[in-house]
Amino acid sequence: MSQRPLLHVTVVTAQQTVFDGSAEMVIAPGGDGQLGILPRHAPLLTTLAQGELRVRQHGVDESIFVAGGFLEVNSNVVTILADDAERATEVDEARAQEARDRARALLARGGLSTEVEAETTAELNRAVGRLRIAELQRQRRGTRPRPPQPEQEI
Amino acid sequence: MASTREIRRRIQATKNIAQITRAMQMVASSKMRRAQERVLAARPYSEQLMKLLSRLSTQAEGQEDLPLMKSRAVKRIGIVAVTPDRGLAGALSSNINRRVGQLAAELRREHNDPNLPISFIAVGRKGRDFLARSKQNLIAEFTKLGDQPKLADVRAIARAITDAYLNEEVDQVYLVYPKYVSTVVQTPTVSQLLPVQAPEAADETGPAPQYIFEPDATAIFAELLPRYIETLIYQPLLETVASFYSAQMVAMRNATDSATELQADLTLTYNKVRQAAITTQILEIVAGSGAL
Repeated sequence: MSQRPLLHVTVVTAQQTVFDGSAEMVIAPGGDGQLGILPRHAPLLTTLAQGELRVRQHGVDESIFVAGGFLEVNSNVVTILADDAERATEVDEARAQEARDRARALLARGGLSTEVEAETTAELNRAVGRLRIAELQRQRRGTRPRPPQPEQEI
Repeated sequence: MASTREIRRRIQATKNIAQITRAMQMVASSKMRRAQERVLAARPYSEQLMKLLSRLSTQAEGQEDLPLMKSRAVKRIGIVAVTPDRGLAGALSSNINRRVGQLAAELRREHNDPNLPISFIAVGRKGRDFLARSKQNLIAEFTKLGDQPKLADVRAIARAITDAYLNEEVDQVYLVYPKYVSTVVQTPTVSQLLPVQAPEAADETGPAPQYIFEPDATAIFAELLPRYIETLIYQPLLETVASFYSAQMVAMRNATDSATELQADLTLTYNKVRQAAITTQILEIVAGSGAL
């Protein structure tokens, strides 16, 4: 029995490379619903929705926030071209909260042009998504037998 | 010869200039480093996107009805000039502006029509000023984008360009920008934006894989192409910032060197004039005492 090959996963945004490494499995928020990718997956190209991307390495999931973009699978190489992406552990919750509140305030005040409103709504969605993933990450951490992370409840 | 007082004043002025240019050089070099990092950090995304598009281009499926990829008879051309907002960066802006002029002439020759209408879109103040001064047909301008171009700005530029293309105001769009090669070399570079040309497949062997598309190929292309165009604009914007600071750093270093040299020359002249004055005075005294 030959060893199962690994996936090579790269997550890039227009600004930076967020993740680059090998993995046993990838769970991604596809445009048409969640999808899981294992090694030897057929070539696939799909759009991404906003949500949580999970990359399993040595049985442990690395959680990454992604918003929009594409996922390509081709001969065990998974490339994710995201519009926005951030590792859950690197999400700055204070900043995300600030962004969320700012976007909410702008939308509540009204009087925005359609373009700005769409932009602000997207921003709000991203901030909320970021916070949710950071929250999920914290909960998972809590259940695992690991030294407790200093938690900040705001 | 000038009086000693005048020379002293010039020495002081040169000193002040050197101080300012040295400060500007240092500011530019630290900003350059950050701009370079941004250029490098953004490269993987555009490279991956280009590779993806080149692999996909072999799968013609659904591509015929994509207006952004369809080329048509060229009757009007658009040129996007990407320049920095500020000057004091040597020949950087004028090199770009010259290349823009050259490109316009080349295109007119290529299409055998000396009156081929060309519309311009200026990104950056230097290009805008040049195009406005030479009374070109400027259809849009984007200035004050800052050192970190925002995605919203890039979208706005991309929208202006694609709208002009889809409304058939232009049939072909080129982009001219200073490609950042190294600290001392920035090459004015031309790339074609529209119609979208799939990049050449780079050293990849074997047949392109038959992809499963979700939801379907047309939808994917409809999402992919605008992003591709945005990348084709975003990357040059970053390169322009990096080029600008490199060029400014080099220009300011040269200015500092010249100022220091001039200062040395002036000091020498000053001493000569001073000595000549003393000699004349002594001669006068000697001559005066001899006469007694």
